[in-house]
Amino acid sequence: MLALTYDVGNIWLDSLLGLIVIVLMMTLTVLMLIYVERKVSARMQQRLGPMRVGPYGILQTTADMIKLLTKEDLRPAGADRWTFEIAVFAIFVPTFLAFVAIPFTHDWAVSFLDLGLFYIVAVTGLSFVGLVMAGWASDNKYALLGGMRAAAQLISYEIPMVLALLAVSMVTGSLSIRDIVMFQGRVPLFVWQPLAFFIYIVAALAELERQPFDIPTAESEVVGGPFIEYSGIRWSMFMLAAYTNLFIYSLLGAMIFLGGWNWPLGMSAGLWLQILLTFVKTSFLILFFIWVRFTLPRLRIDQLMSYCWKVLIPLAFLQVFLNGLVLVYKWPDGILLITSGAGLLLAAYVIDRAVRVETRAVRLVPANPQRAARPAAPVEAGG
Amino acid sequence: MVTEQQLETLDININMGPQHPSTHGVFRMVLTIDGERIVDVEPHIGYMHRGGEKLSETMDFRQCIGYQDRTDYLAQFMNEQAYCMAVEKLIGLEVPERAEYIRVLLCELNRITSHFMFVGAFGIDLGSFGTTFTYGFREREFIQDIFEEVTGERLMYGYFRPGGVVWDLPPNFVQRVREVLPQTKQGLHDLDMLLTSNEIFCARTRGVGIISVEDAISFGLSGPMLRACGVPWDLRKDKQYSIYDRFDFDIPVGQYGDVYDRYLVRMEEIRQSIRIVEQALAQLPEGPILPEKLPRKLRAPVAEVYAAVEGARGEYGIYVVSKGGDKPYRLKIRSPSFCNLSALKRMTVGNYIADAVAILGSVDIVLCDVDR
Repeated sequence: MLALTYDVGNIWLDSLLGLIVIVLMMTLTVLMLIYVERKVSARMQQRLGPMRVGPYGILQTTADMIKLLTKEDLRPAGADRWTFEIAVFAIFVPTFLAFVAIPFTHDWAVSFLDLGLFYIVAVTGLSFVGLVMAGWASDNKYALLGGMRAAAQLISYEIPMVLALLAVSMVTGSLSIRDIVMFQGRVPLFVWQPLAFFIYIVAALAELERQPFDIPTAESEVVGGPFIEYSGIRWSMFMLAAYTNLFIYSLLGAMIFLGGWNWPLGMSAGLWLQILLTFVKTSFLILFFIWVRFTLPRLRIDQLMSYCWKVLIPLAFLQVFLNGLVLVYKWPDGILLITSGAGLLLAAYVIDRAVRVETRAVRLVPANPQRAARPAAPVEAGG
Repeated sequence: MVTEQQLETLDININMGPQHPSTHGVFRMVLTIDGERIVDVEPHIGYMHRGGEKLSETMDFRQCIGYQDRTDYLAQFMNEQAYCMAVEKLIGLEVPERAEYIRVLLCELNRITSHFMFVGAFGIDLGSFGTTFTYGFREREFIQDIFEEVTGERLMYGYFRPGGVVWDLPPNFVQRVREVLPQTKQGLHDLDMLLTSNEIFCARTRGVGIISVEDAISFGLSGPMLRACGVPWDLRKDKQYSIYDRFDFDIPVGQYGDVYDRYLVRMEEIRQSIRIVEQALAQLPEGPILPEKLPRKLRAPVAEVYAAVEGARGEYGIYVVSKGGDKPYRLKIRSPSFCNLSALKRMTVGNYIADAVAILGSVDIVLCDVDR
């Protein structure tokens, strides 16, 4: 068994080992995630999903990868060559970098960074640059629109996400993910910080560009957005980055809010159990994201922005402020739950007020009483 | 410092279509956009023009039926019905009782499949990742199977004939439809749960693409598009044809004329069609399906007739000019999609790009019907 913190003594060899592990894990995870998403979505849509390649279609993703690798790599004639080609890496590398700092168990990580949380937020925030580059360089108006949408959306949603994570690190007093997980030995943090958890999940959905926030890549509007002109291996790199992101945000959520590799109530867990617990908690979030994706329609760009700036960011600031109060006056831990819970209720109320819809029904007319008579009152817009 | 006024900004043109996933076929909109807002829309049609009207002039009256399926390919029975009614009016044929019932049954079932298709495609336009589509298609498929059993075809039925229908229903037809209807109702309920009260769905569709009653009438809108504005205009009641006076059903009418109302009206129309089908099944008589003395070659007098049915998308009319002989001299199709699409610019300008997609979806066009 290869321990991820394997220490050979040579710094280059260590780094190389770490890199190999990350690349292998990333590829395998993405292969599995794509298969899981296909199967779960098929289940939701009364389909079978992939069934032909391998038993129950488990080799379908591999087959697709081979197909993508052997496809012609097209570049539009009017494209800005270097920007077009570098954009792929600008999206791919940040997700790759984020992997470095995430621990999987108490002793397993490529690197236990003391500023791990800060580092992850910083590097994942970079990926929008790649989207804008791809959008700009593709010489395609849909791509440009998608790139601009991506910039607006990702930068906006970065703020509530960072604030939610800040609230957590205020409570735990550390930015190291290992410390944050160890803090949750007895009770996972989503109990103490339900509002921050809620904000994290919503912001993660937006950062992942999944329904209802898949506006930058909206298939029915901008036809894939920044990715529209990419094909073959480059396109598959985008997909790789997208699914790695899904894994990273789920893993981070599991670590920071669901207690990572800990049993609840302070029971200790061995190495294999720790792996299993991490796996289960991450899978839970991944399946949640898939479930949401295949249930909800898409928001419009203005609704998305106003939801972020008018609802999520004030609530995130509220959470940080409440935590500050609790910490400054050294109130007991229970107050954290009470204040954050009250904040979540407030959020529920605000969101309900904002999106509540009156049921509207059609009028049933047995027959037209006056044929060709127009309705008397002018019809008012509303809804 | 450069102020906003001094900056030179330019609206960009975006070509949405002819190959675009949400144009429902080969349709092209040239959008002029200012950021995300639409400043101008220029629809381009004609990519699907096949000259069905002109081709009909070279065919005799029975051969023309094949071209009728190919206009509105989601509501084929209604097209055949309109064409057969026109020819019957021209020649003076009496349709037997049973044939009328068969026609009504199939037309109403076809209205259900067409509206299910609309809901599914509309869900995709709004970004619901295929789930509404498969929900809609599941229910559609059950009814499609019945059509296949009756006509032997899945798309181009060619089942109606001037004077009746080409052959009788299969013996287990009534039982099959009675089996399928509860499933249809269940599917309708599922779609209701998925979409109708979904907050995001409402936020995307309410107050979007409003068209006033005056505009709707002057653009010549018909069908669900017109009824969503609040006008209870339904040819089945207002220009009563076939045997629709024997059934008890209501016309669903919207309030605001926005995208959401169009969706609601179509959902309710499915329920009303189910009511009609249930009544027609109970009343279905025995008897001949074609007139006793049907000439082998249909010869028309010198005359002009217009016959229209309430298609799934609105008034589907056929105007036939005959100069005598066994062929139409001129055959004109008044297609609902074409008229409904004409209001597109009025509805979209000033909205967002995402709204344009929703509005185009709510018009529920069939491009073959627009271009003929």
